[in-house]
Amino acid sequence: MSRKLGTGGAINEAIAIAMRSDPAVILMGEDVAGGGDRSKEGTEEMGGVMGTTRGLVGEFGMNRVRDTPIAEMGLIGTAVGAAATGLRPVAELMFMDFLGTCLDPLLNQASKLRYMFGGKVKVPLTVRTVSGAGMQAAAQHSQSLYWITTGIPGLKTVIPSNPADAKGLLLASIRDDDPVIFCEPKGILNQVAEVPEGDYEIPLGKANTLREGSDVSLVAFGATVRIAMKAAKALEEAGTSAEVIDLRSLSPLDDEAILASLEKTGRMVIVDESTPRCSIARDIASICVDRGFDSLQAPVKCVTAPHTPVPFSGVLEQAFLPSAQDVLDAVGQMD
Amino acid sequence: MEWTGPELLEIYRRMRTIRSFEEKLHELVSAGKIGGFMHLYAGQEAIAVGVCAQLSQADTVGSTHRGHGHCVAKGVDVKAMMAELFGRSTGTNRGKGGSMHIADVEKGMLGANGIVGGGIPLVTGAALTAQVLGTENVAVGFFGDGATNQGQFHESLTMASNWKLPVLYVCENNGFGEFTPTEFVVPVKDIVERASAYGMRAVIADGMDFFDVYEKAGEAIELARKGEGPTLLECKTYRFYGHYVGDQTPYRNKEEAEDWIQNRDPLDIFESRATEAGVADAEGFRQIDGEVAALLNAAVEEAEAAPLPSTDEVLTDVYVRYES
Repeated sequence: MSRKLGTGGAINEAIAIAMRSDPAVILMGEDVAGGGDRSKEGTEEMGGVMGTTRGLVGEFGMNRVRDTPIAEMGLIGTAVGAAATGLRPVAELMFMDFLGTCLDPLLNQASKLRYMFGGKVKVPLTVRTVSGAGMQAAAQHSQSLYWITTGIPGLKTVIPSNPADAKGLLLASIRDDDPVIFCEPKGILNQVAEVPEGDYEIPLGKANTLREGSDVSLVAFGATVRIAMKAAKALEEAGTSAEVIDLRSLSPLDDEAILASLEKTGRMVIVDESTPRCSIARDIASICVDRGFDSLQAPVKCVTAPHTPVPFSGVLEQAFLPSAQDVLDAVGQMD
Repeated sequence: MEWTGPELLEIYRRMRTIRSFEEKLHELVSAGKIGGFMHLYAGQEAIAVGVCAQLSQADTVGSTHRGHGHCVAKGVDVKAMMAELFGRSTGTNRGKGGSMHIADVEKGMLGANGIVGGGIPLVTGAALTAQVLGTENVAVGFFGDGATNQGQFHESLTMASNWKLPVLYVCENNGFGEFTPTEFVVPVKDIVERASAYGMRAVIADGMDFFDVYEKAGEAIELARKGEGPTLLECKTYRFYGHYVGDQTPYRNKEEAEDWIQNRDPLDIFESRATEAGVADAEGFRQIDGEVAALLNAAVEEAEAAPLPSTDEVLTDVYVRYES
């Protein structure tokens, strides 16, 4: 059975299922319960800046759903310590841009404890974080910094493209024994779609082929999946058959699926809403050149944002973000 | 508390093990037999041993780059520690951690830590685990005076106080943050003054006196176990060697250093107190000195003879499971 849910609702459901099935799962973060005294009449809980976690404190109580101060380093660092000593925390980093205020616990602790300790500890931590542009949140609340976390050995980075995937990937992330950075792209937060009921996991590290094609491969993830699908439809009308692959996770990366698709189509476009330098797009391009060179019938194309901060004005923000037209232009340049 | 002779000698054995371990390392590093950065704990033994004597194995401690003393005091195997420092596969961390990352989670030792202040939120998390699961365990974070300038310190103590977490924060104020005297970089006279900003209890102990540390840590730990929340315990102490092995300490006053080393050695203070009380005699202490020396010689011999890790080990333990 399934019913329509928004991405936030799907995420909320995943957390609730995980908390019901395992008493070691806790939720912590700024405003996740909702700030004030919940016994105070005339007040309602906030449930996080996007309202994603509303209702959870009611079911699970304040021992397991904890409002933290606006102190990301303390919040994430404490979650790392809790994960290493027996809990399975879901920590909310309100916006991925705030990575700068809590990088040490991720870069030097969560990602390395297991390795440094010779495999004698595990850190089953999930950090949920809203990433990307599209809400006119400007330069400090709109970045897609998954390329940073993907570049750190010991972390996993997951990014869903729709509500049903968000639920299944989040359940898999929470139950994973390694630290996972779970991106919630702004571009999909308002999406409403069919979401299966009940408990299901989508495995990390497996890409999803959303559309089979034979002329060009469009590799996308998070909010760019919709762009790739739109471009594929337009290409079909113009007589070009595009395959669309949704990566679902950036680390582990399903490089086999990428290379298999390249072998089939001979042409590769990667669509990534982050800035281009050191990006996932160029990382995948290098894999294609390195390991799929003989399949390439045209140069690999990366469709990304420009190498700039994210602008505020709606017209500038849309110009910043990759579009279906950018994908079509890239495909057009291949012949 | 009333101590018996055997109890006191056991406490002394721990302090002597730390001191001799560090002296041995000083020799080995100076002779080029061990690589890497090495920060020695000599001079601060009464703190690690005094606090850890109040803990059980189920309690967690988190440490610093100067972490060997906390490991010994929490019961980590000395031979496995030595093997780790020699980069051997029989080491506590199978040769993948080294001095700044020695850990043994089964003994409740959540790791030395190469990041100043980095261990503070980790032990705060261990205390959160105890609170959420409703155990009576406590967590102890050891750190230096320098770490109290770090954001991780302020953020963690704020959260611990908000939630009344069962944690004891032990600041070992040895007068220097790396090479800079504390008074140049810390704007309060005593570190404990900082606790008022978090509404937290704070106590000063003489870090060279085992008995003072033991008693004050014990009171704080008992309160933590009863759900009364965290305490900041500042222990005044001194670093007998410099910041790391090889540091020529041009920044410190020679007379001041001599005074601490000659007149305030925590091992000497402990021995005088115990012998004056008539519960232990010099012979007992010297016997332990000999036993510890023998243990460390054996530890070095065994470590040198132990196998190096296979180079395949570079690739293992990054993840529990990683499938693409």
